[in-house]
Amino acid sequence: MTLQASIQPLPPIPGDAGFSRPSLEWLARRAEPVAIALFAVLAGLALFSLFIFVLGKSPVQLFTLLYTGGFGSWFSLQNSLSRAAPLLLTGLCVALPARLGLVIIGGEGAVVLGGVAAAAIALPLTGSVTPPLVWLAMGIAGMVVGGIWIGIVGVLRHYRGVNETIASLLMAYIAIALMNHMIEGMLRDPASLNKPSTTPLPAEYMLGNIPGMDVNWGLAIGATACVLSYILIEATSFGFAARIAGGNVRAAQIQGLPVGRLIVGFTALAGGFAGLAGMVEVAAVQGSANASLAAGYGYTGILVAFLARHNPLAIIPVAILLGGLDAAGGLIQRRMGLPDATVLVLQGTLFVVILFCETLYGRFKIFNPDLWKSPDLSKRSA
Amino acid sequence: MDDTTIGLWGVPLAILAGAIRVSTPFIFVSLGESITERSGRINLGLEGTLVFGAMTAYAVAVMTSSPWLGVLAAMAAGCLFGLLHGFICKFPKVNDIAIGIAMMQFGLGLAFFLGKPYIQPSAPKLPSIALGGWSSLPQVQAALNINVLFVIGAVLSVFLWWAFRNTRMGLILRVVGDSSDAARAMGINPDTVRLIATGIGGSLAAVGGAYLSLYYPGSWNEGISSGQGLMAVALVIFARWNPIGCFLAALLFGGAGALGPALQSVGVTSGYYLFYAAPYVLTLVILVATSSPTRSLAGAPGTLSLTK
Repeated sequence: MTLQASIQPLPPIPGDAGFSRPSLEWLARRAEPVAIALFAVLAGLALFSLFIFVLGKSPVQLFTLLYTGGFGSWFSLQNSLSRAAPLLLTGLCVALPARLGLVIIGGEGAVVLGGVAAAAIALPLTGSVTPPLVWLAMGIAGMVVGGIWIGIVGVLRHYRGVNETIASLLMAYIAIALMNHMIEGMLRDPASLNKPSTTPLPAEYMLGNIPGMDVNWGLAIGATACVLSYILIEATSFGFAARIAGGNVRAAQIQGLPVGRLIVGFTALAGGFAGLAGMVEVAAVQGSANASLAAGYGYTGILVAFLARHNPLAIIPVAILLGGLDAAGGLIQRRMGLPDATVLVLQGTLFVVILFCETLYGRFKIFNPDLWKSPDLSKRSA
Repeated sequence: MDDTTIGLWGVPLAILAGAIRVSTPFIFVSLGESITERSGRINLGLEGTLVFGAMTAYAVAVMTSSPWLGVLAAMAAGCLFGLLHGFICKFPKVNDIAIGIAMMQFGLGLAFFLGKPYIQPSAPKLPSIALGGWSSLPQVQAALNINVLFVIGAVLSVFLWWAFRNTRMGLILRVVGDSSDAARAMGINPDTVRLIATGIGGSLAAVGGAYLSLYYPGSWNEGISSGQGLMAVALVIFARWNPIGCFLAALLFGGAGALGPALQSVGVTSGYYLFYAAPYVLTLVILVATSSPTRSLAGAPGTLSLTK
């Protein structure tokens, strides 16, 4: 309460720099999330250094290794980008429904079933159809199945009032059981003995790397999906309606907005992206659907989305940052003799601190756009 | 039929035994979460607390060779995790669900990090009570070999059910959960009550973890939990925030989970993996059947962000 009182009555700065005011105002608005995020990351790293220091290891060496292992060379950067690729799509699976006020935490299920669907549709097609058509069919199959899976959660939410967080979580466990049932049963390649899998894709049907990089096309697909989602939310009437419904469902209903269609549409699209992540995993990494599909990308996506504050464009740098931390894990383990869970601890510390720093929004006068408004504008609005 | 084979009767018996064995961690985590959620806050980080509790209990039991000291240490550690969650969520604009997921990651990471040296040594197990002495059948005796924590959980659920209704503490907890303003009007600080409720919730969740590492399966490794901490949050909603309901829901969930292995033991193997999904399908079906788009869930605390 004291917080609000301290930020409201701010007199505009007098002076004749009026022409630059709108840009300053814009800058203040945009600088706040960047500054707070940077502060949070630094604070998180400082806390983690303390932890490492207490254990008798050198934090400086740790951060040097983090940098070289995650971003320091072209090789490690490519490694980080590869790991970021699925997180872009699973992050969207959380961020899009979140704009409607829905917390979906079961993207893992859509990833898994999307991957199985992509593998299943590819099997009869390989050999008779050209690779690009197979990839298209796999992508569509993955998106449709993933979209239906999370779309069901949206339908249950809107038409039955079932809590979407819990329903999506239950659906994720059901999806993993379904995958195991299928890859152990009808879709199993008899040649896969220890690790039940579907029949692997022939080498020429594997989704290759982006030209000039050792990173598969998943990164480009994920980045495109993020940009398209940003446009959908910020620049279309559908996205505008979704933002209104996310702000206040009652207001949206009174305005006559199709809230039900928005919820089902956004959850289905979100699931579609997660399903696409499963398809990329099958077509570009694994070559077949197997238990490795449930590698936790869906759960890491939750954190990606929350750290990006559900902004699809911000998902891109956040996913790359997390991919880099992941990539550096092995190096830290080998060079410093720390357990491989070190990266998990670092990630956890960072997440807690960054989400904690949400409380800093609106606390700094310097980021208040009203401070930078030109005097006549502020009079008109008052 | 000779004395040692009981044929198809083995299936319900195995389900009963399995239900008791599998449900114990669910009972503790869901009882803890029901206290937290009754105060109007949701802690999704109990999965991390559970695993950290499992690690702490195992490590302390190895060092002191007393499983009960392990359980106590787990409770203390779980309480710290809960207090941290409660402290962070006290600040404005902090999303308790997101913090829960982050705390889950943090707890898992810390447990794997610190628990690395304890994967090898073996810890003393928690005792069990043999209630099947009246029967000469070894299957019956095995099924009725009930662990102490299950009994404690059952007693605790009845106690909490009574305490929510009949004690001053229970009233304070419910007032805070239903309306922060009403609580303030009564002179209660809602943040303090939620902090304590999250701390108690965390320590109970850690007991669930201690059960996993000290009784069944009775070892510490990184794959010890299969989502018990997350599922318990669903069970609380399913049980409508009623502690006795939590106990029964956990038993039902455990029984459904034991269906697959029980059928497999008598030779039914087709669709084995689908039986794994049985508890989740069952929970989802009941959730769908009892939800309604026009009213909020009966018994839901008014300030809980999850049900708004």
